[in-house]
Amino acid sequence: MKVMVLGKATERSEAGEFGSAEEFAAMDLFNEQLVEAGVVLAADGLQPTSKGKRVAFDADGNTTVIDGPFAETKELVAGFSIWEVASMDEAVEWVKRSPLRDTEVELRKVLDAEDFDESFAAEIAAAEERRRAEPTARS
Amino acid sequence: MTSATQQAIDGVWRIESARLIAGLARIVGDVGLAEDLAQDALVAALEQWPESGVPDNPGAWLMAVARRRGVDTIRRAATLQRKVELLGRELSDHETPMDEIEFDPHVEDDVLRLMFTACHPLLSVEARVALTLKMVAGLSTEEIARAFLVKTTTMAARITRAKQALTEANVPFEVPVGEELADRLSSVLEAVYLVFNEGYTATAGEQWARAELCQEAMRLGRMLAALAAGESETHALVALMEIQASRLRARTGSDGEIVTLDKQDRARWDRLLITHGLATLDRAEEIGGTGSYAIQAKIAACHARAPRAEDTDWVRIASLYGDLVALTRSPIVELNRAVAVSMADGPAAGLAVTDGLLDVAALRNYHLLPSVRGDLLAKLGRSMEARAEFERAAELTSNEAERAHLLARASSS
Repeated sequence: MKVMVLGKATERSEAGEFGSAEEFAAMDLFNEQLVEAGVVLAADGLQPTSKGKRVAFDADGNTTVIDGPFAETKELVAGFSIWEVASMDEAVEWVKRSPLRDTEVELRKVLDAEDFDESFAAEIAAAEERRRAEPTARS
Repeated sequence: MTSATQQAIDGVWRIESARLIAGLARIVGDVGLAEDLAQDALVAALEQWPESGVPDNPGAWLMAVARRRGVDTIRRAATLQRKVELLGRELSDHETPMDEIEFDPHVEDDVLRLMFTACHPLLSVEARVALTLKMVAGLSTEEIARAFLVKTTTMAARITRAKQALTEANVPFEVPVGEELADRLSSVLEAVYLVFNEGYTATAGEQWARAELCQEAMRLGRMLAALAAGESETHALVALMEIQASRLRARTGSDGEIVTLDKQDRARWDRLLITHGLATLDRAEEIGGTGSYAIQAKIAACHARAPRAEDTDWVRIASLYGDLVALTRSPIVELNRAVAVSMADGPAAGLAVTDGLLDVAALRNYHLLPSVRGDLLAKLGRSMEARAEFERAAELTSNEAERAHLLARASSS
């Protein structure tokens, strides 16, 4: 299963600080272990929210663009990875091995087919049947 | 036992087992014994951690326990040897006390050695697969048995026999070098790809367990690609598996039937796997990219890059199949080339390729040859000949659903 790993922002990350050389080296070593275990599908850091945007939708679909930075530092995301692991427990154990300090990491299972309930699955299947019934240009 | 601790142990085991077994195998020189010691350590963790809590460094804890058991085992063996000595027989020199051997935290090379040893060519490919899933992927014997639809006792016996075979043959715990490397590497890649295909082509059994096999295979492949990064084919195999697996969601219809590539809803393809797979293929091509997995991955990539089925670059696919035929000399690959040629240059051109296969003994009873010919003849409007080919194909297939499908095509030709 895939798990999205969300590294939360800190005051330092929001200030655009990258951390010390030691912190970098420790993180590199950790990432290397993850890659050597065949776990990593994607991983990237994000710029601080001062360089980000938000697009808000009202009930009618009108949009408002809001420039960063945003408040509630602890709720913001500073980086993400997508891991392929056997279980959420494995992902948790991996995170515990990371050299991060004084922050929080959030783990979220990526939705897959098994997560949809049967009625929704049936709905998708029906929509697909309709689409497949339409004549195609070539088999 | 608290379930939270049990879950933590499961997670720790997935992460640590390969490193643990590999580190132990280097010390004791026998992967079978190393695996037994690691299992002993796991049992100790299951007994103690619910009381004591999960240690701060669970990997080091497991290693310490396993080493202690190893020392006991070797002492017992040494005692036995002293008794043997009294009988006037020769003592072997395997008496290095384990406590004096420093544990090397950089065990990644050991994990690579473990993969090469578990996939030693003296073992059947089934035995290699079982040992790799057990020792490198950290699956339980029950899980492996369930995935391969055999009894747990059968799988346990297979694993025991494989471990014994390695011990008896005194297989050294090492990564082969020089000329031996290519052969040994293909033995590893073959086992990993078999795990993948076992999951990918599953037609029976518990579907979830089979889909897990694809994930295990991709993970093993990525490990191998990271640890043997200089070998182009390791990256190529990862790319091939990831691009194929990207279609898993789209290739089964609502009734569990297989949906062929041209009819799949491409919006359901896994874009992340495609992106990772294509990037991995680039890496394979940077350092080679002429091996058989690389060519197959390039073919898979042609499909992955086409937004719609009709956008598929069949000219390139036909040419890649030509490369694959030149490399493998396989008539089945040539048959695939015929299909690609028919898509690129029309059914007559494809049919001409299959003409060259009519006298090949290996395909005499292979139902897909008349099946493909029937399809091409039908497209050319040669319905009498098409019907005869479909009927012949129906006679040859052992799959009932396929026979019905072929007979239906015969009667509509």
